[in-house]
Amino acid sequence: MNLTLRIWRQSGPDAPGAMTEYHVSGISPDMSFLEMLDTLNEELILRGDQPVAFDHDCREGICGACGMVINGQAHGPERTTTCQLHMRHFADGDTIDVEPWRAGAFPVVRDLVVDRSAFDRIIGSGGYITAPTGSAPEAHATPVPKDAADLAFEHAECIGCGACVAACPNGSAMLFTAAKVVHLNVLPQGAPERAGRARAMVEAMDAEGFGGCTNTGECATACPKGIPLTGISVLNREYLRGLR
Amino acid sequence: MALLTRAVRRPSTLATLWRSTVGKKAVMAVSGLVMLLYLVFHMLGNLKVFFGPGDLNGYAHWLRTLGEPLLHYGWFLWLARVVLLAAVVAHAVAAYQLSRRDAAARPQKYVHRRQRTSYATRTMRWGGVILGLFIVWHILDLTTLTVNPRGEEGHPYQNIVASFSTWYGGGIYCLAMLALGLHVRHGFWSAAQTLGANNPRRDRALKLTANATALLLTAGFLSVPVAVMTGVVR
Repeated sequence: MNLTLRIWRQSGPDAPGAMTEYHVSGISPDMSFLEMLDTLNEELILRGDQPVAFDHDCREGICGACGMVINGQAHGPERTTTCQLHMRHFADGDTIDVEPWRAGAFPVVRDLVVDRSAFDRIIGSGGYITAPTGSAPEAHATPVPKDAADLAFEHAECIGCGACVAACPNGSAMLFTAAKVVHLNVLPQGAPERAGRARAMVEAMDAEGFGGCTNTGECATACPKGIPLTGISVLNREYLRGLR
Repeated sequence: MALLTRAVRRPSTLATLWRSTVGKKAVMAVSGLVMLLYLVFHMLGNLKVFFGPGDLNGYAHWLRTLGEPLLHYGWFLWLARVVLLAAVVAHAVAAYQLSRRDAAARPQKYVHRRQRTSYATRTMRWGGVILGLFIVWHILDLTTLTVNPRGEEGHPYQNIVASFSTWYGGGIYCLAMLALGLHVRHGFWSAAQTLGANNPRRDRALKLTANATALLLTAGFLSVPVAVMTGVVR
């Protein structure tokens, strides 16, 4: 496959950026999107140019490190992470636009790499349970109803990649925050801190400068882990409940 | 020495609510539902136009005597107006502040743009502005009768027919009602989601309810100008 890429290049956080055009050839349809970028970077390095910086880690779709907006869609046209997106979903001769996540709370570090530590600070404000660590607890000590376990697991699948923020027209982190709040608030282990959790996490989310939810559903459509939009309703409920 | 056992004093619930994005949306949801409830009764009342001038004018008079002798003549209407004004102001101010925040949350736009979200969702903000302007026009037309071509107090039936008989009176009204339908379609479901009433099992039913409410409301409101313009009501 021969492709034309238009990639956002930006040398540093405060440097001006621009879309820069590259041509790559000899791309196999079985390559992942990141392997295609690796191919481009090898060429750039041989030419003596700066390679395109992008985040990646496990390349198995489970860590949440990678992520870029491909042709205006977070993680590209398939509902998966960028590392699990294969070039067979593009046609020979395509022009592909690649941009970083765009949000005020996710400043660009370089090229396609953004600083997502705002998510860490939201987690730090309440996305945990206070329990002594050490040896694993007795599994039967705290019974969890099946429904609650399923709901918690569905939301615990969030890998914190930030695609929800990137896809949202308001740059809102509601789906991410909802995933964490629902995951912990429906479990008995999360119950002691339930009342304050949603409130603390929403306050942290607002303080980072994320936008509000207008229920467009773009986040849940882009989410590679299928976190449901109704999770946001549960977050709202938990928040209002915590104010009482 | 006093021990530091005092609980942390938090700001009032209302202040916390108004400061957070989720709380502000809850304010929008509640004020929106108040307005929607009013609109349902307003639409049903409008249908009295099909029973002739006596019915509609009598109904309009009854609205003023409602609550007597506890309330004075016309007080019920003024109470409703105060509640509605508060709802409109709260809804609009929250929407404005949230929109400003949303715009600031994405300072740099994407180069590659694609059409996202449904028409109803995309038009919530400007649709809301259009509805706000329409409310002003509507009050000037049929409440204060400032711009009404007939403008005879105590005769709402005749004023309605006079207004809808002009191309602009009927046209503005019809366009606004279409905007209202779109606004309610996304707004009602959104309010349920914001107030935490949604869940995966209820999602479909809520969306259906939102669509049905929007459709019935728009059809009910539109029936009056259409009837006037086609000569069914004169």
